[in-house]
Amino acid sequence: MDEIRIGVFVCHCGTNIAGFVDIASVEEYVKTLPHVVFTQRNLYTCSETGLLAIKNGIEENKLNRVIVAACTPRTHEPLFRGICSEMGLNPYFFEFVNIREQCSWVHQKDREKATLKARDLIRMGVARAALLEPLEKFQIDVKPSTLIIGGGISGMTAASNLANQGFEAIIVEKDIELGGQLRHHHKLYPGNMDSQEILSIIEEILKNPKIIVHTSSKIKDIDGYIGNFDITILKDEEEIKFGVGTIIVATGTDLLKPKGLYNYDGKKVITQKELELLFKKDQFNFKNIVMIQCVGSRNKERPYCSSICCMTAMKNARYIKEKNPDAEIIILNRDIYTSGTYQETYYRDARKMGIIFSRYNESKLPKVSEESVIYFNESMKEEIEIKYDLVVLSTPLISYGESKELSKMLKVPIDEFGFFLEAHVKLRPVDFSNDGIFVCGTCKWPANVPESISQGYAAASRVTRIISKDSFTVEGATAWIDQDKCVTCEICLKKCAYKAITRDEEERVIVRTVLCKGCGVCATTCPQHAIEIRHYTDNQVESQITALLEGDLVE
Amino acid sequence: MNQNAKKVMVIGGGIAGIQSSLDLGDMGYKVALIEQEPCIGGRMAQLDKTLPTNDCSICILAPKLSDCFRHPNIKIHSLTQVQKISKKEQGFTVTLLRKARFVNEDLCINCGLCVEKCPSKVLDTFEMKMNKRKAIYLYYLQGVPAIMAIDKEKCLYLKNKNKEKRVCGFCEDVCQHNAIDFTQTDTNYTLESDAIILAVGSNQYDPTPLYAYGYKKYKNVITGLEYERMISASGPTEGHITRLSDKKHPKTIAFVQCVGSRDVNTNPYCSSICCTYSTKHAILSREHDEEIQSSIFYIDLRAGGKGFQKYIERAKNEYGVKYIRGKIAEIKIDENENPILFYEDLDTFDVKSKKVEFVILACAMIPTKNSDKLAKVLGIELDEFNFVKSSIDSPVNTNVPGIFACGACLGPQDIPHSVINASGAAAKASEYISRTKR
Repeated sequence: MDEIRIGVFVCHCGTNIAGFVDIASVEEYVKTLPHVVFTQRNLYTCSETGLLAIKNGIEENKLNRVIVAACTPRTHEPLFRGICSEMGLNPYFFEFVNIREQCSWVHQKDREKATLKARDLIRMGVARAALLEPLEKFQIDVKPSTLIIGGGISGMTAASNLANQGFEAIIVEKDIELGGQLRHHHKLYPGNMDSQEILSIIEEILKNPKIIVHTSSKIKDIDGYIGNFDITILKDEEEIKFGVGTIIVATGTDLLKPKGLYNYDGKKVITQKELELLFKKDQFNFKNIVMIQCVGSRNKERPYCSSICCMTAMKNARYIKEKNPDAEIIILNRDIYTSGTYQETYYRDARKMGIIFSRYNESKLPKVSEESVIYFNESMKEEIEIKYDLVVLSTPLISYGESKELSKMLKVPIDEFGFFLEAHVKLRPVDFSNDGIFVCGTCKWPANVPESISQGYAAASRVTRIISKDSFTVEGATAWIDQDKCVTCEICLKKCAYKAITRDEEERVIVRTVLCKGCGVCATTCPQHAIEIRHYTDNQVESQITALLEGDLVE
Repeated sequence: MNQNAKKVMVIGGGIAGIQSSLDLGDMGYKVALIEQEPCIGGRMAQLDKTLPTNDCSICILAPKLSDCFRHPNIKIHSLTQVQKISKKEQGFTVTLLRKARFVNEDLCINCGLCVEKCPSKVLDTFEMKMNKRKAIYLYYLQGVPAIMAIDKEKCLYLKNKNKEKRVCGFCEDVCQHNAIDFTQTDTNYTLESDAIILAVGSNQYDPTPLYAYGYKKYKNVITGLEYERMISASGPTEGHITRLSDKKHPKTIAFVQCVGSRDVNTNPYCSSICCTYSTKHAILSREHDEEIQSSIFYIDLRAGGKGFQKYIERAKNEYGVKYIRGKIAEIKIDENENPILFYEDLDTFDVKSKKVEFVILACAMIPTKNSDKLAKVLGIELDEFNFVKSSIDSPVNTNVPGIFACGACLGPQDIPHSVINASGAAAKASEYISRTKR
């Protein structure tokens, strides 16, 4: 084995680190550590000047391990690894020590201890660096096609976008036809566009040679990984198998049926969806209408706002008023949700048309009897009775029961309400944390039509990033099973959240490296200590602990 | 990279523009990301935390900033504005104006020596003018590109350039990398682009004209964005909640909703994000100081986003935040400059008052200052409020084929919506180019 030659670059990060840690003394200390043949301080190691210093350092001192003591690997590791690669060094010979978040930021008031801690952390890094091994990232082929589960507006939007870019899309829809919830809608706010108008996309989808549609079909099994998913569907009892590179989940939502609430009977007390059906069939003939908002939502059982119901109620109330100005409509609500630009004007105009909005309190829910609704009017401090001939309940969007099953097949999470859970609520709103699987539309959270369409496009964009390339690079730091120690107990297989551990033809338990995220759960649960995580081997971690214990411990 | 790679221009380097650029860059398009400020990052860079997870905003944004900067397919054009656009048979020719930075981008290493020496102090717009920076400055600490810029209006050297005797120029003397370049001038240049994405974001409504609220008149009435900087550890008070009148730490804070929104005299629309961001402010206030009591004055509580309703419940139950359904009519102050809010309680319809020590106004999101001018240049239609007009079936399209829009220039929206629209606009731009070019 070659001599280990470690170079350590200690970053000032302007005053971010140097303001709270004595960098000069840290550097002096680092010079005394084993295998360290070169040290340098940089104002900003990540600046072009700093990067050049690393390059020169590697070249002039024949470094074969590089340590940067600076900020966080999350933002900067790829940069420094890249520099090592450029200089012909395996990127896994790079070691990052975080002395900003872990020293200067958290110990701003104690320079001495922050400095001691920085020394300890770097000593640990040096110990580990000496034991690092070269690893290879590898490329996997990517099929330029996408499975879209659900043929509602969101899924169809994604399919159309992908197909128009030249990629193949396969829609699997459980119903007998495409269209999803929109098929049941009457008009769309704010312009009263006929929902059928938007559904004209169906024709386009069916004509597009790049899109394959399977209706009356459900997903039976999903196997494989990004670039190469193997899909089995059941279509009219028949099994169909095909392969795709990526998957978009666009299964939509159900609307809560308010069974047992407010004397719901589907005749005199109906839902907004049933009301729209009456409009569509031209069977609406009522004059005194009471609408009740937040039926089954924003309560203990479903503590969320379904966000589309206020606008839906207003849309239908306005439609009734437009047809029959004499109709009396009161909308009982808790808060009116009309957020956005045109929505507020829509609300204001509804009031101008004579639609009455009155507030009820969660603690005193309205009561619906045979002929009247009684509710407690907060401002008048008394109960008010309203005679009705139709009560319309605004119920929330809820997840389909099948989501649970699908989430298990895909190994993706759902939240407590059964909505799919994206990788990051803010910055990765249509990604799952599993590579190659995406989500859009109301199966992830209540959304209106334009939002569902936007999400369809967004999912298509995230997919295009992957399938527009021939291959996908997979991380090298993965789990590895020592077959001599493995007793095939399968604990790891059950614990793995990524379906990355399996049995091979010889019944051995093996890691499917492309699926492995290197999370380490398998290694920590293995009773035989048969599993190592590459780049985080027991040896490497132990060396860090030993190095820590050698120092003057900071309490 | 493919020499014939198609090009997309993204105008605006906030979170929406960044997301569009990253998606398109990953797809293989050559992206020109145009930003008028010295650094990309936009509004999100100014935020302390994001809701409902209370993630540190800059910590989740910073990796995206460096991804953009390092991306082989993305070029950031900072301090740059769009001047003119002409439609070609296929695509667009865009004339840009690049403001002089007076710092050589290739040489500056952001060491900060120049900032130490610079004698000229300027109100810091990134910090909502709550403190001062120097005439040579880094736009913000984690800003990308991480290079200095010189404020032409405030630089003593540049202001006195025509005088016989050289004035100041300390920055040039102290810079070890010869990065200061006073000879730079504003320059016009053109770029070809196959599609354009507009992501110019939004501004905060300036509540000064709403005299009854006393903003600018009373020191202890500030705006939401000002408060955002105040509670940020890297902000002007280093995260200490401090009254501007006497530097005391307030124990009672009122958050006033719908300031300049849902108001026919200013902006008739709802700004969508304020109910929840004020909730975040109230939660964070309590995290800064356990004794702080927050009250949020609102008309309708609007929390439709994922996890938002639960966030509000948490604020009520775990952080003792009081929600008062009431419209503030007027704010006065007592002899100690404590604001007194007069309001109509919309539950009881009684007129009441409440004295607090600090008031935060949740001001409307409005279109950026030059959005109408830019719209004219691009030939795109705006809605009645000057946001980019879109339709419900084509939510990221503008009326001009090949020009798409995303983020808050489409109307008030939160970060997830902006990110979704941004990816969506990227998909539409790619579809447009594929259909017209293949």
